[in-house]
Amino acid sequence: MFQIRIHGRGGQGVVTAAEMLSIAAFEEGRHAQAFPSFGSERTGAPVVAFCRIADHEIRLREPIMEPDALVIQDPTLLHQVDVFAGLKKGGYILINTNKSFEELGLADYVRDWPADRLLTVSATDIARKHVGRPVPNVPLLGGFAAASGLIQLESVIKAIHRKFGGKIAEGNIAAATEAFNTVRAAIDEAKRKEDAHA
Amino acid sequence: MLKQTEGSHAVAEAVALCRPEVICAYPISPQTHIVEGIGEMVKSGELKDCEFINVESEFAAMSVAIGSSAGGARTYTATASQGLLFMVEAVYNASGLGLPIVMTVANRAIGAPINIWNDHSDSLSQRDCGWIQLFAETNQEALDLHIQAFKLAEELSMPVMVCMDGFILTHAYERVDIPTQAQVDRFLPPYEPRQVLDPAEPVSIGAMVGPEAFMEVRYLAHAKQMQALERIPQLAKEFEACFGRDSGGLIRGYKTEDAETIVIAMGSLLGTIKDTVDAMREAEHGGHKIGVLGITSYRPFPLAAVAAALKNCKRFVVLEKSLAVGIGGIVATDVRMAVTGMGLKGYTVVAGLGGRAITVKSLTTLFEKACREELDLVSFLDLDWKVVNKQLERERTTRRSGPAAESMLRDVGVIAARIG
Repeated sequence: MFQIRIHGRGGQGVVTAAEMLSIAAFEEGRHAQAFPSFGSERTGAPVVAFCRIADHEIRLREPIMEPDALVIQDPTLLHQVDVFAGLKKGGYILINTNKSFEELGLADYVRDWPADRLLTVSATDIARKHVGRPVPNVPLLGGFAAASGLIQLESVIKAIHRKFGGKIAEGNIAAATEAFNTVRAAIDEAKRKEDAHA
Repeated sequence: MLKQTEGSHAVAEAVALCRPEVICAYPISPQTHIVEGIGEMVKSGELKDCEFINVESEFAAMSVAIGSSAGGARTYTATASQGLLFMVEAVYNASGLGLPIVMTVANRAIGAPINIWNDHSDSLSQRDCGWIQLFAETNQEALDLHIQAFKLAEELSMPVMVCMDGFILTHAYERVDIPTQAQVDRFLPPYEPRQVLDPAEPVSIGAMVGPEAFMEVRYLAHAKQMQALERIPQLAKEFEACFGRDSGGLIRGYKTEDAETIVIAMGSLLGTIKDTVDAMREAEHGGHKIGVLGITSYRPFPLAAVAAALKNCKRFVVLEKSLAVGIGGIVATDVRMAVTGMGLKGYTVVAGLGGRAITVKSLTTLFEKACREELDLVSFLDLDWKVVNKQLERERTTRRSGPAAESMLRDVGVIAARIG
């Protein structure tokens, strides 16, 4: 079973992102369970949503306390919420930012991490460009698909069609695709550097 | 058709497939998405011959439901928590009058202090109101139980609550198999009311009954629930024949055959318990012989079925999301009655009140203690004793100790940073 925890703020589509991720996994014939952290959400307040993906029925309903992957929709949360709590060593970290892990002050935490698990994407900028609104959730899903290889971009696109219609769907598909390609390129670059070292 | 969807939406689709004629509801978290979903289907014309009535309160919701059901219409509503409490007088009337209303309760805690999260305090507070209460383990079962509920309610002419864990199920996206209209039509015949308010054939419903017959009328409600004990397992079988799924029934055992310890619970918590039990059975240092008993039908309470399921075990743990203040467990009291004279050790564990997460880690420690018979008769899972004792001390030493909940929240500190 693969467990993903998404951190963001009310209004950023955190819960929708987890739901769409579960739809994308379902589209690939897998079992998936998405649920929010059940707070009384307010715009701007920290929000957490969870998604489990497995090849068997998922019975477990506790919150995800030891995720395999983290998606951080707002880097300002790093100073407010213990977003890394329980993250498995070497787990995927995808942050919506145009800064590096070093610039975010995370160099110590991720010292022993494989480089291809440490990923950033400027999802807010990408969303603004394609959707016209600073909602980073969908491009981050595209980024997550590239980062984890767990789901295909085309499944994310199917999930977009389930949630949105018309221009908004088109914009989100363009945003998810751009983020997918950006992250894919960053991973290839990280692997190339590693190979060069070896 | 298999679909990845929200629990609330799955229930909305199931209710629509049952061809309700009147839906009256007042929004309250975490039930809101269900009635919103049905409302949209009525508005779009997807759900035909159905009137959606916006009411001004939960009291009005149940009152309208009583009127429409007495008028011969298949009637549905949904509520939770304070909303259920607000409609209580009418809830008793619905069952007293024998009206087959189906209501979803998206289980949520009751205030004060106000809390929107899940536990079973709301529907369990209506334990004795005369409604049948069925608890869903998964969203698939929630969907299936609604279809069974209409049939059961209408056959017996008694109302049925389908209880599903608020947020944990209502707001969870998971895989559900949504039946076709033809399948549901084959299972659920059109509503044939036992009594109907009809100007062409006038009758009175709800007249005063004095001491000469009141007990007999009340006993009839009990007799109906005893009939339900027979019908619920049969309906589950008929459902399986029609839909190919094992759903509903009175109880459901899991690895109970050789179990020395059996954990009893209701609702979505059963999944987490099953995962815990599987891990404990496979444990390296000699697996524990532990099993699970899920109670689907809380009212009527299946005394005989529970006794039969527990007959070979040595001890049982009732893990419940409810608290009978002043005694301990609510479900546990019923289970203890079921096993009277069987010589079993029984433990009551109150857990998950107001949405407190129930984790595999805590359950493992708890069940290991239970297997060693080291649990207290009544205990509270993951209770923060430091916070409790600090408040008790404050009250001992200060007359004007102030509002307890607010003081305890301050003692707990900032909670925005917490995941679970």
